[in-house]
Amino acid sequence: MASFWHWWIIILTTVTIVGITWILLANRKRGEGTTEQTTGHAHDGIEEYDNPLPAWWFYMFVITIVWAIGYLIVYPGMGNYPGLIGWTQLEQHREEVAAADERYSEMRSRYLAMSVEEIAEDPAVVKMGMRLFGNNCAQCHGADGKGRYGFPNLTDNDWLWGGSPDAIKTALVQGRRAAMPAWTSVLGDDGIAEATEYVVSLNGRTVDPELAAAGEKHYQMYCAACHGPEAKGNAVFGAPNLTNGIWLYGGTREQIAHSLRAGRNGVMPAFGDSLTEDKIHILAAYVYSLSN
Amino acid sequence: MKHEVVEKNVGLMMILIIVAISFGTLVELVPLMFIKQTNEPIAGLKPLPALELEGRDIYIREGCNNCHSQMIRPLRAETERYGHYSVAGEFVYDHPFLWGSKRTGPDLARVGQRYSDDWHRAHFYNPRDVVPESNMPAYPWLFERELSGETTGNKMSALRTVGVPYTDEDIAGAEAAVAGKLEIDALIAYVQQLGTLLQTRR
Repeated sequence: MASFWHWWIIILTTVTIVGITWILLANRKRGEGTTEQTTGHAHDGIEEYDNPLPAWWFYMFVITIVWAIGYLIVYPGMGNYPGLIGWTQLEQHREEVAAADERYSEMRSRYLAMSVEEIAEDPAVVKMGMRLFGNNCAQCHGADGKGRYGFPNLTDNDWLWGGSPDAIKTALVQGRRAAMPAWTSVLGDDGIAEATEYVVSLNGRTVDPELAAAGEKHYQMYCAACHGPEAKGNAVFGAPNLTNGIWLYGGTREQIAHSLRAGRNGVMPAFGDSLTEDKIHILAAYVYSLSN
Repeated sequence: MKHEVVEKNVGLMMILIIVAISFGTLVELVPLMFIKQTNEPIAGLKPLPALELEGRDIYIREGCNNCHSQMIRPLRAETERYGHYSVAGEFVYDHPFLWGSKRTGPDLARVGQRYSDDWHRAHFYNPRDVVPESNMPAYPWLFERELSGETTGNKMSALRTVGVPYTDEDIAGAEAAVAGKLEIDALIAYVQQLGTLLQTRR
């Protein structure tokens, strides 16, 4: 802080404290208890006594002034003066964080040295993981991890990108970006209807066989590259299995047709830059424990 | 001075009252308008682009700042949950600032990139669809209303007069950048850039 503002603050603060003290003392009335003296105001015959301040009130005021002076000596407040104990908000935060690190670092490095499968069986880890999950993951995947429309269920052992500890960790660190293109311009409305019929048939539902047969051709040409020739999905692309009745974006005809028309681009944000390695490790163990 | 003199001169009393109540402002607020620590933008800070600026105005219009703060205090409990504490240099282009004073919902100072655009879309349409226990209102009209962008350039000029470094090109291109976009897209664009300049691993 420039010295101008340094002195500005010191001088104005001092003037305030001195001024307040002066006003308090200059207006103080000596004397014990109440007097018969009045202020001279009279309204409809009602007069106002001019009595001293109650003693307790006066001394409270004095205490606040003394407190303020003490505070300004001990804590920072007077411009650049750091205060006797050198307290700062940021230093306090650093100490809090350092104390927490010291308290937890031993435990964290112990867990970090163990495998995800191993620590997933430790109730303490699961409990910590649940808290981390609640703060970072539950908004999309739900507090119970069961997901929502558009956000995968993590408890059903059906995985878009693989359910191994490594795959879970990669998802947490790097995020995931699904890229299913929109197919209207390629397939046209009729093609979409046919492909939809074929996808519906994959779960053993009754369909129009002619439409489905036409749809299968589209499927093998455009969809099989990611979803596989047997529609079992492919974790490399995050392409879902279309045969198991688990639908991220709904499995009705309308919903499937909509996915085909508009494409699907689900995004899982990356947490590698915002969460520390040990927390990601614990989170991965928690997510792993949800389905194992 | 006798108390009576002050009480019987309204003009004098007004002057003395103004002097008495201005000390706090002069000491605690005025220096912050001039010192470097509070006036320098942090590295990488840029004025909001046109769409984000419109999003900010929707944020203000819908009163988001009544329930959401944008101010992470340097307390471990907050930095552990939200990320790096807020610093003054992040807000030098904010007019008005949107720090808020109440958290009915969570702090949003570092919400940018934390959720996907799709999540925000679902959440603004009906928060209960993704967070069942949420008591946030739904904002379905944002999905219907289009922005014209007619006033975006004027808003930028106005901000420039109070020190936000918009260029002439920014202002000239503002309308084209915004016209025809939906309000929800503007709001999500605004939310997704919040606090992304300071990243720490917590």
